[in-house]
Amino acid sequence: MALRTLVARKSLGNLGLGFRQLRGLQTYSLPDLPYDYGALEPAISGEIMQLHHQKHHQAYVTNYNKALEQLDAATAKGDSHTVAKLLSALKFNGGGHINHSIFWKNLAPVKEGGGEPPHGSLGWAIDNHFGSMEVLVQKMNTEGAALQGSGWVWLGVDKELKTLVVQTTENQDPLVSKGANLVPLLGIDVWEHAYYLQYKNVRPDYLKNIWKVINWKFAGEVYKKECP
Amino acid sequence: IMMETSWSCCTNLGPSGSSLLVTSDMSKLFQKPNFAQLCQQKKKELQGPRRSARIHAYYGLKSPPYKLDALEPYMSQRTLEMHWGKHHRSYVENLNKQLEKNDMLYGYTMDELIKVTYNNGNPLPEFNNAAQVWNHDFFWESMQPGGGNMPIFGLLQQIEKDFGSFTNFREKFIEASLTLFGSGWVWLVLRRNEKRLAILKTSNAINPLISADIPIISLDMWEHAYYLDYKNDKGKYANVFMDHLVSWNAATVRMARAQAFVNLGEPKIPVA
Repeated sequence: MALRTLVARKSLGNLGLGFRQLRGLQTYSLPDLPYDYGALEPAISGEIMQLHHQKHHQAYVTNYNKALEQLDAATAKGDSHTVAKLLSALKFNGGGHINHSIFWKNLAPVKEGGGEPPHGSLGWAIDNHFGSMEVLVQKMNTEGAALQGSGWVWLGVDKELKTLVVQTTENQDPLVSKGANLVPLLGIDVWEHAYYLQYKNVRPDYLKNIWKVINWKFAGEVYKKECP
Repeated sequence: IMMETSWSCCTNLGPSGSSLLVTSDMSKLFQKPNFAQLCQQKKKELQGPRRSARIHAYYGLKSPPYKLDALEPYMSQRTLEMHWGKHHRSYVENLNKQLEKNDMLYGYTMDELIKVTYNNGNPLPEFNNAAQVWNHDFFWESMQPGGGNMPIFGLLQQIEKDFGSFTNFREKFIEASLTLFGSGWVWLVLRRNEKRLAILKTSNAINPLISADIPIISLDMWEHAYYLDYKNDKGKYANVFMDHLVSWNAATVRMARAQAFVNLGEPKIPVA
């Protein structure tokens, strides 16, 4: 079932999941960043961006492909026991790949519009639903700071109800694990590896500063597609 | 090594003289500077409202049994300063803040507090802080300068009995640390029911006290524990822990204590 969800997500279009087929087996590859590692300074240091992209995200991709290979072999043999065992690895690594692919698009250097508040329908929806951008930012920062351990804080849209939601997920669970109709607009990684080298244990400072490089254009495009 | 890190500073605020007496007495008994600081701090706070009698239950930040640079180069002083000085300290402070507001949790020992706030899987907000305070105390004491190597005598025998060989145990322990998803801890525990040693992975703040297993050593796999020294290289961190940091002395003491609760069978005493 996890696999079906993941294949469905491929059709969310242009998420840059780096999908290609080889011998009939789907494999994924690390998407390139649309900006330099140092382009998000001083909000996020180049060192963190490089490690985050080249080491952490790459590890998720590698392990995801490995798990998919093992899944392929197990399903071919009809080995349900192994399939069941692989589900958590698929969820973790697949989720990690999906989440980080969205994350890179959620960020943009200041000179490319990072930090610029959303115009159009998303901006309007935020004001309508939360009252103001400040309230939304405050809510996301509070929930992100309060999250115990590792996880993500999301701004999403319920594509059935057409409402905006703020949600947190733990570890690498994708937003869809909190509701089948939820589509992520904006995700902020609050795993310690996302900020520790620069902000140490002061996660609230990281959350405060990351808004300076948030790419609202991308979020707005996704929103327009789900709520035309 | 007793895990009792709690003490209660009960202060019935009568004449200021009595509260002063309590503070200076305690400063003499406990040489640790941070505890004296804590008492000083509390003394200043208490000197405010003198008439009302307030009961406070406090936990204190216990220092590791070595200086902060003693684990170099395997765990840097910088890491200890952050991990103990900031993370561990904030768990203690936040716990104290929560306990101030919650009378019902007054009077428990740390172990009991953890089990009560775990609330059978539906944890209360205090659980996270309480468990993490305990976890970190246990972790610092699971390491020592000049650690690593191998256990000896009974503990080694038990490991060989339950894992086949020490090498196999070490491999399994490191594998556990690499396959833990997200934040958490890796433990060597003595299982009460199965009467054997086992390796346990727990998430976030959860620890074996919940399942009434007896922990023997632990390894912190939260990213803040290794990121400054090893970045994302969990494998190197876990190997260094096994080779240079783990305190088999502490483990032996804990194992000896554990055997008072778990009957591992009669020792083989040779006849003649």
